[in-house]
Amino acid sequence: MPDIILIGLNHKTAPVELREKLSLTSEETLLALDFLKKDQDIKEGLVISTCNRTEVLFIPESNHQTGNDQTEKIIEFIAGHKKMNSSEFKSALYIHKGDDAVRHLFRVASSLDSMMIGEPQILGQIKQAYRIAVENGGSGVLLNRLMHKSFSIAKKVRRETGIGDNAVSISYAAIELANKIFTDLSEKRVLLLGAGEMAELAVEHLLSNNVKEIVVANRTFKNAVALAEKFNGQAVTFEEREDALIHVDIIISSTGATDYVLTHDQVRRVMKKRHHRTLFFIDIAVPRDIDPKINSISNAYVYDIDDLKNIVESNIEQREKETVKAERLIDEAVLKFQKWLESLAVVPTIKALNDKITSIVEMECKKTLSGMKHLTKEDMEAIQRMTQAIASRTIHDPIRFLRNTGCHRDDSLYLNVTRQLFNLGGSDEE
Amino acid sequence: MNVQTADILLQIATVLYFSSMAGYAGFLFNRKKAYQKTALYLISSAVLLHFISMAVYTLSTRYFPIQNLSQSLSVSAFALGFMFLFVQYKSDLKILGVFASALLSVIMGVALMIPEAPVEKNEIFKGFWFYSHILLIFTGEAALALGCGTGILYLLQEKGIKTKTPGFFFKRLPSLDFLDDVGYTCLTTGFALLTIGLVTGFIYAKAVWGRFWSWDIKELASVGTWLIYAALLHLRFYSGWRGRKSAIMTIIGFFIIIFTFIGVNLLIGGHHDTFTK
Repeated sequence: MPDIILIGLNHKTAPVELREKLSLTSEETLLALDFLKKDQDIKEGLVISTCNRTEVLFIPESNHQTGNDQTEKIIEFIAGHKKMNSSEFKSALYIHKGDDAVRHLFRVASSLDSMMIGEPQILGQIKQAYRIAVENGGSGVLLNRLMHKSFSIAKKVRRETGIGDNAVSISYAAIELANKIFTDLSEKRVLLLGAGEMAELAVEHLLSNNVKEIVVANRTFKNAVALAEKFNGQAVTFEEREDALIHVDIIISSTGATDYVLTHDQVRRVMKKRHHRTLFFIDIAVPRDIDPKINSISNAYVYDIDDLKNIVESNIEQREKETVKAERLIDEAVLKFQKWLESLAVVPTIKALNDKITSIVEMECKKTLSGMKHLTKEDMEAIQRMTQAIASRTIHDPIRFLRNTGCHRDDSLYLNVTRQLFNLGGSDEE
Repeated sequence: MNVQTADILLQIATVLYFSSMAGYAGFLFNRKKAYQKTALYLISSAVLLHFISMAVYTLSTRYFPIQNLSQSLSVSAFALGFMFLFVQYKSDLKILGVFASALLSVIMGVALMIPEAPVEKNEIFKGFWFYSHILLIFTGEAALALGCGTGILYLLQEKGIKTKTPGFFFKRLPSLDFLDDVGYTCLTTGFALLTIGLVTGFIYAKAVWGRFWSWDIKELASVGTWLIYAALLHLRFYSGWRGRKSAIMTIIGFFIIIFTFIGVNLLIGGHHDTFTK
């Protein structure tokens, strides 16, 4: 049975300086893939490199089952390419084999191994790594199957557990709240109080949600105009902010003021003028800009930076609870993959093929003979012998071909094809 | 076709209402679309069977099944189910099914459990105005019941957001604005139906008793309820009573409806009391 080996380091085993050094650019990834392909002892290979991990996944030729030499060679290749001594990073490396390698890959794809558990980017990065390997002919039957399984388990984990459910960054938490207050953000206007960097960042997030209009108010009017121009919005003077409140729905405040820039009384006055339509205040300034008492006005909601942080923290806790469920799903998937791998061995395949043909012949023979009662017992036996002979002759050559392993060819490929051609189970996609 | 068939159909419909409630409960906890879809199919078939049951009863007895409390409850449940399907179709507020299916199950459970009072045939409970009156009032009140349901959902979501503790309901409920909109639609639809329903009631009263208004306690309570909803709509239009206040009012309004619908008949009496014997 072919083995699967995964070598790598990630944010848990290596400090950021080391990860930076060993991270591979897309050209370097291609070089590494080329190296794997050229190596006679490596059958299939794939390289994953993101900001938090660098991993090489490969399958050694079946005559080199342990794969230790290849592992060494790959480590030396990377060390040589990065002009480092392999002892500098060897302690940070993990080497997983067989089931452990499969489990590790599934966990990575499902974002259980990420720095921020449940973050959605990793699956895309793995898919990209796989695509590059396919384009370069690095992956074959085994890795194709393994990678596709990792995509489907990742999707399953996302679908069936709450691992990606809750916002785990402050700006995302704010947008999630806005979406639970307003039906359609694209119809809402946003007022920015303060034109600093923080405001700019917040707006970039909101703009990706397509708000209707952005109004900027700033003490230095010039800066307000500059920022408003950048976002195709409108600038008002800081003194006009109370009037601006009448027409906006979301207020993001990040001024450097030491006192509240919007008070309870101001908002109460405004609320009447806007017929009590909902207002959502996001106060990311420290010290705070928005009087927290405003939250007690009906249809006004005030969230300051600490409120958002609290939500994010409880969401992270929630995610970690969901990982238990996810680990169980992954265990199941690993077992399934293991079963498929085992079915790829030569002997079970030949046996399954033989069983299938024999049972077909027996069944058909029985059906026909049961309608021919006029035949003698000897005739029937002769016919049975003949059909059996046809069956064994038919599969004789295919079986001989399968038995003749080695010879620089990819056995798993032919075994897999055989299983699919004859529908022998084990290789059919569920 | 006879009354027994109608009864059996009604019992099957009740079982379906209960299964739909179970499906919606599953949807509430697991948030899987399959649960909600199944539950919606169940509730739709329940409403259909319910309708057939009422039609069978009417055709075989020549009377609309609204002669005692059990039948009145059943008709109100049908109206609620029908209205729910309408609102579901219009607004796609899936989670409202949790409220609707639970309320339907309770009403039908009670309707089937209470001993059925003997039905007195009374020739005055017939005719166009009588049927319009009943149809409009029941569907109107069903719409207001759903308004109460959305009001409850609104308060749950609003509380989480206001106190900055988004919990169990945060992910499961849609935005406040959306809930407020659906609630408002229920309110206006219900109010319109109720208004025309009351007018047809007066016309019917004129035809049967020779006068529009007879100071009956039910008449007073109904007009009282109508005035409360009229006030709520007025406040919403002119004083911006939206959101939380409006949600609380729709909930209170619905409790007053329940009182007008059943409480008055049971506690005080009046010329509507036949329907709730």
